[in-house]
Amino acid sequence: MQPETEADLAAMIRAAKAPLRITGGGTRALPDEVGEPLHMAGLSGIALYEPEALTLVARAGTPLAEIEAALASEGQMLAFEPDPRPGSTIGGVAATNASGPRRLSAGACRDAMLGVRFVTGDGEIVKNGGRVMKNVTGYDLVKLMAGSRGQLGAITEVALKTAPIPPVRATLRLRARDDTSAIAVMVTAMSGPFDVTGAGRLPDGNVILRLEGLPGSVEIRAGMLRDAVAKHGDADILEGDADFAMLRDFAAGATGPLWRMVLRPSDAAQMLAGLPGRHAVDWGGALIWAEAPPDWMPDLPPGARATRLRGDAASLPETDPVTARLNAGLKQKFDPRGIFGGAP
Amino acid sequence: MQMPEPDTSVIARRDAIASRLRAALADRDAVLTGPAETRAYECDALSAYRCPPLMVVLPSTTAEVSAVLKICAEEGAPVVPRGAGTSLAGGSMPTSDAVLIGLARMNAVLEISSADRLVRVQTGRTNLSVTQAVDGQGFFYAPDPSSQLACAIGGNIAMNSGGAHCLKYGVTTNNLLGATVVLMDGSVVELGGPMGEGAGLDLLGLICGSEGQLGIVTEATLRILPKPAGARPVLIAFDSPVTAGACVAAIIRSGILPVAIEFMDRPCIAATEDFCGAGYPDCEALLIVEVEGTPAEIDEQLSLIREIAESFAPLEFRESRSEEESRRIWLGRKSAFGAMGVISDYMCLDGTIPVSRLPDVLAGIGELSARAGLRVANVFHAGDGNMHPLILYDANTPGDLERCEALGADILRLCVEVDGCLTGEHGVGVEKRELMGAQYSDADLEAQMAVKDVFDPGWHLNAAKVFPLDASARRRGRHAA
Repeated sequence: MQPETEADLAAMIRAAKAPLRITGGGTRALPDEVGEPLHMAGLSGIALYEPEALTLVARAGTPLAEIEAALASEGQMLAFEPDPRPGSTIGGVAATNASGPRRLSAGACRDAMLGVRFVTGDGEIVKNGGRVMKNVTGYDLVKLMAGSRGQLGAITEVALKTAPIPPVRATLRLRARDDTSAIAVMVTAMSGPFDVTGAGRLPDGNVILRLEGLPGSVEIRAGMLRDAVAKHGDADILEGDADFAMLRDFAAGATGPLWRMVLRPSDAAQMLAGLPGRHAVDWGGALIWAEAPPDWMPDLPPGARATRLRGDAASLPETDPVTARLNAGLKQKFDPRGIFGGAP
Repeated sequence: MQMPEPDTSVIARRDAIASRLRAALADRDAVLTGPAETRAYECDALSAYRCPPLMVVLPSTTAEVSAVLKICAEEGAPVVPRGAGTSLAGGSMPTSDAVLIGLARMNAVLEISSADRLVRVQTGRTNLSVTQAVDGQGFFYAPDPSSQLACAIGGNIAMNSGGAHCLKYGVTTNNLLGATVVLMDGSVVELGGPMGEGAGLDLLGLICGSEGQLGIVTEATLRILPKPAGARPVLIAFDSPVTAGACVAAIIRSGILPVAIEFMDRPCIAATEDFCGAGYPDCEALLIVEVEGTPAEIDEQLSLIREIAESFAPLEFRESRSEEESRRIWLGRKSAFGAMGVISDYMCLDGTIPVSRLPDVLAGIGELSARAGLRVANVFHAGDGNMHPLILYDANTPGDLERCEALGADILRLCVEVDGCLTGEHGVGVEKRELMGAQYSDADLEAQMAVKDVFDPGWHLNAAKVFPLDASARRRGRHAA
């Protein structure tokens, strides 16, 4: 099924008798998604781009690559740095809240989303938010739709805040003694006036810290930051941020079952010590990607969450009853017939 | 301001409800029913409208809030939550049948973690005192509404408050990692997580900005940020507001990201000069642009900003060279609302527009103001297009408030027409409730009200706000019959 207009889409959804699986590029699907594919590729194209207002509006099926290219031609980017999987669409990015290393400083996809249009399970066309930078008019259904994985509606259009591409980028790279020391480097980097826009550890063990901005400023901060982390190791200062592209793309390139764990950085060192295989650390220690055998389950500290993105679907901890009731209640209101079969 | 007819059966049971509530609280004095006591809660910062609540409850813990809400739900009593009562939109305006729940006693700091860059507080705590709590460790809490000395975090979350520095740091929703929320049936839920992510849907993002209609947030986990090495403003004066607007767009386009770009026009500058004598230049409009960093980084950014500004032939480019000069540059802007209050009654609007439309909208506001015969002063966060036109009127002249409100509605409709919105950071409350149809279709509003149906099926919580009364009538009427 592939609608060409929002009205087509609404009609198809109203007529649907069995579950549909809303699909952009199909690059970020979870293992347990069900239903007939509802392809969004027909709803494509950039509807509005005003670089001087840092605003871009695009239909959901627009390829991420097309958006990135349009932005780059004006010296701009998506600050939340979604990993560029071939075929990925902006609707899919929004529906999965896909966010890369710069989430640490610039926020997630949901933070850059200014507005959405979507079609509910009843075939109603709904808009929320808008295209301006600040908007508290009514409830924030934009956040509700971000990351909702097609549970509540088919997103047809997204308005995004764009950002200038920084003139200069630099990466500090160092080898820390152990997990504790690696996390300490990230915490130090995030706790001082360095304006770090990425902090993580690659699978090869290198801790990487990113600085961006005007040339003089980056040079000053790189020096200050190298001094601040010196007790953990000597940092090399590299031009550019190729290491961060590797970190951003770790999940897409992983093999076998893959866990995504979000936790407090202060709990990260202990978690890292118990991992069974290849892994990477992002968001200053708040995100761990880990390859693990099918029978491995993480032992999570309080407040942490883990999801298995490949292999058999799994999510920890179990959702509490009140949250589950609210999630189910919203699902019932927006998709009372259960037409949208995407994963929860 | 039209409000729903109070529920006389609830009012008739006031003493019975009060004694149930007293029995549920550790401190019996936490329930106030006397007229002198409830009068203190008769309005928020939208002070043109007043109505003492049926009673005021001041709980001290999440468990107490839970007990109070459960009793109110059982009694069918409407509930109005209140942080510090600084809402400009009437977000905590009571009705005479409402139990007002004030968060003032819940002001504890529960946890500070510099390693995880977060602070957990009870939500009655004031915005500024959150920053004060983490200042010693080199951190701050970024959202800084101009009422930050008084406003409570609970109210900030309800309204998704912004501030002068959100151009760089975002608004409340971008800095909120977790919340303890009590629902109307008394159930308690923890939303969010270490990066603000919860299980399944983004309920934390939904709660933030829901104007106290979905639940009462009693505890919040907030992102704290390391204090910048330093900050320095420049003041740029122009002979026309349109040129100032064009300069804003050019600065943003250049790729420099100042922490703030503030705008003031001549009427506003004149009023602040009389009020505090900040020594602002004689000009039609001025911008205050602030950048952060070490002294060398600040110099680098300011030299680029100077280069951009000079292409717009400014009347003056005043760069701060000391703490004292920085203070004086900010003095007029920070005193603007107080200064306007000295010369006149005023109504503060909050529409947001695309930055690219600033020149048209300023011109349009000028025309509407002339036609209405009421003066409008403009002071706003120009970097993100969040305008604060101040309409000057005389509360003692019969009909002036109504003319002012009509002009305000026209200005907000203009904001929506250019693809903007009714409110950027103050919220809808009662003030802009009836204008929601200008921005949203029936289906759009239905989708939002469906959310409230899930969280508060009986529509007890702050129900007469946000949605046009006609639109919400059927739902609000459900429990009254």
